[in-house]
Amino acid sequence: MASIASPAAAHEHAVKAPTDWSDPAMTRRIRRRYAAETRFRAFGFVAVAASVLFLAFLLVNMLINGIPGFLRTEIRLAIPVSADKLHLTADQLKGPNKEAALSAADFSGVVTAAAVTRFGDTGAQFVSDTGWTSLRAAVTADPTLIGRTVTMWVPAAGNLDLVAKGKAASADEAGFKSAYARLQHDGLVRTNFNGNFLQAADSSDPVSVGIWGAFKGSMLTMFVTLILSFPVGVLSALYLEEYAPRNRWTDMIEVSINNLAAVPSIIFGLLGLAVFLGTFDLPRSAPIVGGLTLALMTMPVIVIAGRNAIKAVAPSIRDAALGIGASPVQVVFQHVLPLALPGILTGTIIGMARALGETAPLLLIGMRAFVGAPPSGLTQPATVLPMQVYLWSNEVNRSFVEKTSAAIIVLLLFLLLMNGIAIYLRNRFERRW
Amino acid sequence: MSLSLIALVIVALAGVAFFAARVRAASFDGGDLATRTAGDRPHSRPVYHGAFVALATAIPALLLLAAFSFVEPRLLDAGVIASLPAGDQPKSQIDRDAVIGEVKGLASGDLADAFNPASKAAVPAYQANKTRLQTEALVGSVLLAVGGAAWAYTRLAPKFRARNRVERIVMAVLILASLIAVLTTFGIVFSLLFESLRFFKMVSPFEFLFGLQWSPQTAIRADQAGSSGAFGAVPLFWGTLFIGAIIAMIVAIPLGLMSAIWLTQYAPPRLRSVLKPVLEVLAGVPTVVYGFFAALTVAPALRDFAVAVGIPGASSESALAAGLVMGVMIIPFVSSMADDSMAAVPQAMRDGSLAMGATASETITKVLVPAALPGIVGGVLLAVSRAIGETMIVVMAAGLAANMTANPFASVTTVTTQIVTLLTGDQEFDSSKTLSAFALGLVLFVVTLILNIIALRVVKKYREAYE
Repeated sequence: MASIASPAAAHEHAVKAPTDWSDPAMTRRIRRRYAAETRFRAFGFVAVAASVLFLAFLLVNMLINGIPGFLRTEIRLAIPVSADKLHLTADQLKGPNKEAALSAADFSGVVTAAAVTRFGDTGAQFVSDTGWTSLRAAVTADPTLIGRTVTMWVPAAGNLDLVAKGKAASADEAGFKSAYARLQHDGLVRTNFNGNFLQAADSSDPVSVGIWGAFKGSMLTMFVTLILSFPVGVLSALYLEEYAPRNRWTDMIEVSINNLAAVPSIIFGLLGLAVFLGTFDLPRSAPIVGGLTLALMTMPVIVIAGRNAIKAVAPSIRDAALGIGASPVQVVFQHVLPLALPGILTGTIIGMARALGETAPLLLIGMRAFVGAPPSGLTQPATVLPMQVYLWSNEVNRSFVEKTSAAIIVLLLFLLLMNGIAIYLRNRFERRW
Repeated sequence: MSLSLIALVIVALAGVAFFAARVRAASFDGGDLATRTAGDRPHSRPVYHGAFVALATAIPALLLLAAFSFVEPRLLDAGVIASLPAGDQPKSQIDRDAVIGEVKGLASGDLADAFNPASKAAVPAYQANKTRLQTEALVGSVLLAVGGAAWAYTRLAPKFRARNRVERIVMAVLILASLIAVLTTFGIVFSLLFESLRFFKMVSPFEFLFGLQWSPQTAIRADQAGSSGAFGAVPLFWGTLFIGAIIAMIVAIPLGLMSAIWLTQYAPPRLRSVLKPVLEVLAGVPTVVYGFFAALTVAPALRDFAVAVGIPGASSESALAAGLVMGVMIIPFVSSMADDSMAAVPQAMRDGSLAMGATASETITKVLVPAALPGIVGGVLLAVSRAIGETMIVVMAAGLAANMTANPFASVTTVTTQIVTLLTGDQEFDSSKTLSAFALGLVLFVVTLILNIIALRVVKKYREAYE
């Protein structure tokens, strides 16, 4: 600091001359230092604000893109359902060969014919390629409809849907604008909540895709992951924290667990591909293989969280239990484990949430196949929520953009729920000594 | 009866054995409470006797079942082939698999009709064989279970140390559980090494590690251009470093570090308790969501910007889009590591600086950050290792062209992108194209491992310095 007297002078007088704070050079200097302080502080604030704004932008972007994905446009159509056009009679629907009769029936032709009659030659383009499934559902539910004229709402084609949501961009899509305006004028079109999206599986037609298949696949995969990684993770955490002697074996186990927690997730996919599919010959695309792979990934997370929770249990509890004659196994299973359980569960839920959002390892074990029906078992081909996001994001059809964002909303809501439960558990049950 | 049903039967038997043994052991009380002495008391409580008998019932039988479930498919397959008449014996492995697949499909009802008439003839033999084997499994495991139960039950006595036996089994289970982590590590190392060695038999490791040309297409026709395939991975390494270690870090280090500083040193406590979890949400968003965002929103905007400014080589799959979004994803990671290491700096150092008249920012930049630097560097290394292993963002937002360019608006490709591209889609399992993915995986594994080890060393050593 310049205003301090030179060392030689200080030595001579042994007393330092007082700082002249009113000196213009000094005030300038202080002002500069304070300005630097303010700038630094502002930079810090900007850094936090930038991250928060990015997050907000990401979420708002997904919401704006995704909410229309839960809606679909439907047009009102009077469909004459005659038995000979449909090749189906009410009696057949009551008979034993109901399924065969249903699959032989020409619902698609009847719906297309009704659209052409009502809207002219281009009318067939107004109805979704899979719009006839709603007629089939109605007829299956009430066979007496055959022979009558049914007036019902059927899903509109993807292009009409884009126009209705104000997203038509290409000339092809914009061509539907006048048709939409006419339909709207006649009150024959509405945009409604798309219940189908929450009930159906993947489809090649964006109008009739659903998230339920991927959701069920995620549930099955998570089930396998949980029942494998939770017991193994908790038991190894108990062993390492409570019993393991300090030796080379224990060190090796610890190093392995810490490394596994840091290995990129795609490496687990390579392991699953080489070992579960290559060596053990398990079925491709199945939740059991996905669950196994994710379990190996989640287990170290549970072990590390579990060890911290076990470490946090007060030693006096162990001493007291040992003192009144409990065996070491009794101490751990009857006293330490119950007290550490909330912490372990919190860690487990966080690990599971990570596994739920994981895509890369599952890509490698083949869970990217097109699966048109919800999986019915652990060895059936399945897909999972984040994989569905990836698959739909690869689709060329622009109608898939909103479906992808809608799937992301479902995924994020689910993750939010899991993390919420974890935070609740932590606040409600975790004890500190 | 399927194997899982047999396993349920065994578990039910073990349950019955548990209750029977517990009732028996409950009758072991050392006589009248008033007159009995410590010496009369049974050694273990009834529940341990029950558990001992139940474990003796279940463990051998379930082990037998597990072994059987491993052998059964092979026995069945061999049985199918043996039942075929001599003229219909399959000649190659592929024929063999086809016949077995058809027979299984017919037997389970998945297939309506078989292509090969011989397989239709083999179905009754297959089903008879299956029924016989499963009956054998049922009889064998139930006999073993009953035998185990009987043996254990006869050992029950007031002085029998049932608790110690049960606890020994519990300890064995604990040790087995903790060995699974080691097993997984070995599984990873050996599967990567094994497949990589097969790859290095076709392509020399030198060419792989130092070659500048990456075009792993396998030729459909022999005379096709580029049919030989080139496996020089340097462009991939460059792309990975460019996106993960350079662009992402340029975003993540300043923002992460400054966020940590502002949140711990300046933010009012109430604001901090809100903002810190919000920042951590960034790390919890699935990477596929970031990838979709980068590909759909960030990349087109950057390309339009580059075209408007006139930067050559602008691509809609730019390195910048993937790197920027990845950097944002890494921010909470860098921030929490910086937070931890700054919290470990002794309060006295901070107080000393402030008492000398330094402003808060001078204390932070001249005392706090230099003292915490090893920890921060360790955190950055961990962040780099996470960024180069990150897959979905680069798969969705970065390109496939193996370019060696430093233009952030151009397209580069990364190791993880190539692994995914090489292994998705149909190809034979041992072509050099498929195997090269494992070699890339091995490089990725080794590099992230080294980064993690160095980072943990640095962090640990520095922690010790202040303790």
